[in-house]
This record gives sequence, C-alpha cells and structure tokens, in this order.
Amino acid sequence: MAEPLLRLDAVSAGYGGARVLHEVSLDVAEGEAVALLGRNGVGKTTLIATAIGATRLFGGRIAIAGRDATRLPPEARAALGLGWVPQERNIFRSLTVEENLTAVARPGPWDVKRVQALFPRLAERRRNLGSELSGGEQQMLAIARALMLNPRLLLLDEPLEGLAPVIVQTLLAAIRTIVRSEGTAAIIVEQHARQILPITDRAAILERGRVVHLSPSAELAARPDLMDRYLGLSHA
Amino acid sequence: MSAALRFALQALFWGGWAGAYFALPEYLPLLAQIAIIALFVLSLDLLVGYAGFVTLGHAAFFGLGAYAAGILAQQGWGEPISGLLFGAAVAALVGLLTAPLVLRGGDLTGLMVTLGIAMMLFEAANRMAWLTGGADGLQGVEMWEIFGVWRFDLFGRTAFVYSLTVLFLLYLLARLIVSSPFGLALRGIKGNRRRMEALGTPVRARLVAVYTLSAAYAGIAGALLAQTTQFVSLDVLDFHRSADALLMLVLGGMGSLYGAMLGAIVFMVAHHALSELTPQFWQFWIGIALIALAIAGRGGMLGLAGRLLARWGGR
Repeated sequence: MAEPLLRLDAVSAGYGGARVLHEVSLDVAEGEAVALLGRNGVGKTTLIATAIGATRLFGGRIAIAGRDATRLPPEARAALGLGWVPQERNIFRSLTVEENLTAVARPGPWDVKRVQALFPRLAERRRNLGSELSGGEQQMLAIARALMLNPRLLLLDEPLEGLAPVIVQTLLAAIRTIVRSEGTAAIIVEQHARQILPITDRAAILERGRVVHLSPSAELAARPDLMDRYLGLSHA
Repeated sequence: MSAALRFALQALFWGGWAGAYFALPEYLPLLAQIAIIALFVLSLDLLVGYAGFVTLGHAAFFGLGAYAAGILAQQGWGEPISGLLFGAAVAALVGLLTAPLVLRGGDLTGLMVTLGIAMMLFEAANRMAWLTGGADGLQGVEMWEIFGVWRFDLFGRTAFVYSLTVLFLLYLLARLIVSSPFGLALRGIKGNRRRMEALGTPVRARLVAVYTLSAAYAGIAGALLAQTTQFVSLDVLDFHRSADALLMLVLGGMGSLYGAMLGAIVFMVAHHALSELTPQFWQFWIGIALIALAIAGRGGMLGLAGRLLARWGGR
C-alpha cells in the first residue's frame, strides 16, 4: 500500500506550555480532500499549524510522503509539498499581487498565468499592492500564493470565514476545481459543514483536541444527529 | 506615478550627476566621495531596507574593502578593477563567515553582534600598524591607469567618472536583484518572516545571501574610496560611518534604491554646506530634518515626495 501523503501519528501539540491537541492521528492520501470540522477552539487551526510545523510538538510523529518530518522546520515541510493558507491570510502588503505570487514560486504546473485563470480577479488587480485588496481578494491571493508552491497537500484554514456570499461561491468553486479537477490533496478547516462536505472525500470532527469522528463526507452528511451533537444545530 | 514621469525623474537624477561634472569642476573630489557614499548607503539598503535586518556595523565591510584594495595597491598591484573585485571578495568572505553569528537570535542580538564585529575590526586595524599603517593611515597607495588609459588626476576628474560609473553599474545590478524572486522573497521576509518560512522559503539562507551581497557592495564602496584618494585612514572603520549611513538611508527612504542614493547626496551636501556655515552646529539641522521626516511619514524624503506628487497629480 502506498504511503499516505501526510500522516499524523498520536500527535500532541500546542503553544507554550498549553496542550491543545491530544494524541491526534490522521492520514491524508494523495489527492484526497478532508474536511476538518468542529466548534470554535477545539484545535482545528492547531492541527494544520502542527502539520506545517508552526506549533510546539509535545509528542507523536509526523510524516510527509513517507518521510519523517517530525523535526523538520516549516520551509522543509513546504518543500516536501505542504501549502498552508492560514486564517490571517498574511498577504505581503508592500508587494503587488503579482509579486506576492512570484516571490514564493516553485516549478510545477501552477504558475502565475494559471492561478490568474483560476482567480480572474487577481489578474485584474495584479499591479495593486497587497494593502489595497478587499478581504475576499486577499483570500483569493492567499490561496493562489499557496498554489504557486505547487503543493501536493493544501492546508486551508477557514477559507470562507467572514466573506460575502457571492465571494464564498467563487472561492468554493475554485477550491472544488483544485481538489477535484486538479486532484490536489487538501485539509479544509471549516465551521460551515454543509458547504464543504459536498466537495470533500472524508470528514473529521475534532472535539477538545481529539478526533471524535472520521468517516466519508457523504456518510456524515447523512447523520444530522452527529452534526447536531458536535457542530451545533445550525449546521444540521 | 506614471512610468513616463518615473523615467524622466531617473534620467534627471543621472543627468544631474553628468551635469555636475561640467558645472562644478572644483568640487569633483567631493562629488566622487558622494557617489562612493551613495554606493555604501545602497549596500546598506539591500540589507536594512529590503530584508529588514538592521545593522550598526556596516562600516566593517566598507573598511575591509578599503584596506584590502589599498594594501593590494601598496604592495605593487595597482590595477583598479581587480582591486575593486578584491575589496568586494574580502568583504564578502568576512560577511559570509560572520553571517551565522549575526543572524543568530533576535534582532537586538544581531544588532549588538554587528556593532561588536565593527569595533573589533577597528581596534585590529589600529593595532596592526605594520599592515594598515595604524592611526597614521595607509601610505603609499599607487594606482595604475584604469584600463591602462585613464590616469587618476589631481582634479578628481577620473576619480569622479570612475566612482559614478561603478555606482551606476552596481545600481543597475541591484535593480535586477531586488525585482528578482530573490529580492521579492527578501521583502516578504521583512514583511512576515514566519509566513515566508511556511511558504517554503529558506529564510536563513536568504538572509545569509543578502548579508554577503551587501558586504560585497560595501567592500566595493570602500575600495573605491581607497583607490580614488590613494589613502586609507582608520576612519573607514569608524562607528560614525555605520551610524551616518543608517541616518542617510532613513533620511532618503528605506527600501528604495533611489531613496538610498538621494539620502546620501542630501546628507553629504548638507554636511558640506552647513559645516562651512556653522562648523560645530551642523548636526543640529540634520537632527531637525530627521525629526521632521519621521513625523511627516514613512519612506523618508522619497516617500514624502511621492505622496506630494500623487496629491498634485490627483488634482
């Protein structure tokens, strides 16, 4: 059997002295899209930040494409194929849209032309500074910038948070293209399960730093009782 | 700012230098020094303005380049171009070797280490009088003609044209570098270092590279000074030189190559003019200008000019 693209094995992690994740295990296969669900503060962001190496690791092992990455710094994990889009987006404000993209480019199928075809808005704004973008445009640029790394696994942290419905639809369509047509693996953190379940293969639910549910996305979508219990009524 | 206006201003900048050659023949030695200091501030800008790493010891590399080129010529090899390259190589080598020390720990640690390295080099040059001439300065630097044609003359004509040409060529190179993916990555590191790491950029390697590059640039500036004045004094390694360069950079506008060069020109000219008027008091006026610029906003004189132009153009 092929090695999973990302393997978290009994990982405990957090910040400073505080543990947020408790012995979390999760595999993501090549080309697989995983929805990471759960209420606020259960450790979703910490989990993907731990995958890239931006948290403090207390225990467990992390492997990327079969290679032990437990002690690797973030840039080495990115070189192995992880592309992180954090919630804060962190656009480089003093660079133009196009410079934001070329600053991190790695060779591969994704280049400036293709990410601009995916997000035509970025082509229109290519000479604007990062500081001049709206929230939705910043999110598009953050995703496009991660694609410029030509990652094998995209880590998306609440990509739809706080955006207007029309922008949400644009982004959902783009994410669907990335994970479905392009076959790029992804972990997508979301609070809004209904939007993300249809475009993912599997869904994991976190609760107080532990994985409490893991199943095919379609299976979870058919279990309103579980969604009520772990995600709250509004998501049923 | 439109591309045409930008081009016109740049042409004016370089045309101004050329015009000064004819209009101010008695000031050519001073103008050559200004071009050299402009190159030095440009080297500092690559490190501070683009990569966001602040140093208070950049004179170390200026001085190394000056002594390397000066001693080479004193020992009998007075060919200028290879002398410049030698100065650059010595400074770059020391930059490369000290980079791991300097880049360890936080910003303040790095700042202190740059300060310490420059102080050590100053005292070492002072002590090693057999090599450097110590406090008396390095005597007997004899330069050959540039390309076997242009002799360094008493009026500073060759010195000026030579310095300006080197400044122009290295400016062109710097422009290529800062707009390359490497240069963009530096600006990304300045903006958010952690983010660049997560985006797969080996931040430390990039910083070592720009530190070494900046050292090489400063070394060439120092070598130019040694060659054009045919003398090297301990002053090339003085703390004052590092601090002044930082001041000029902030004055002109960090993170812009023209800002760096403009800051050097204005500072040097103001220094010259004000110190003739009030020899003991000229720094007072520089201080006032610095405070005014700090309050008027980011980007130094160039940033201020850009905003005024934008407002004027928007009307």
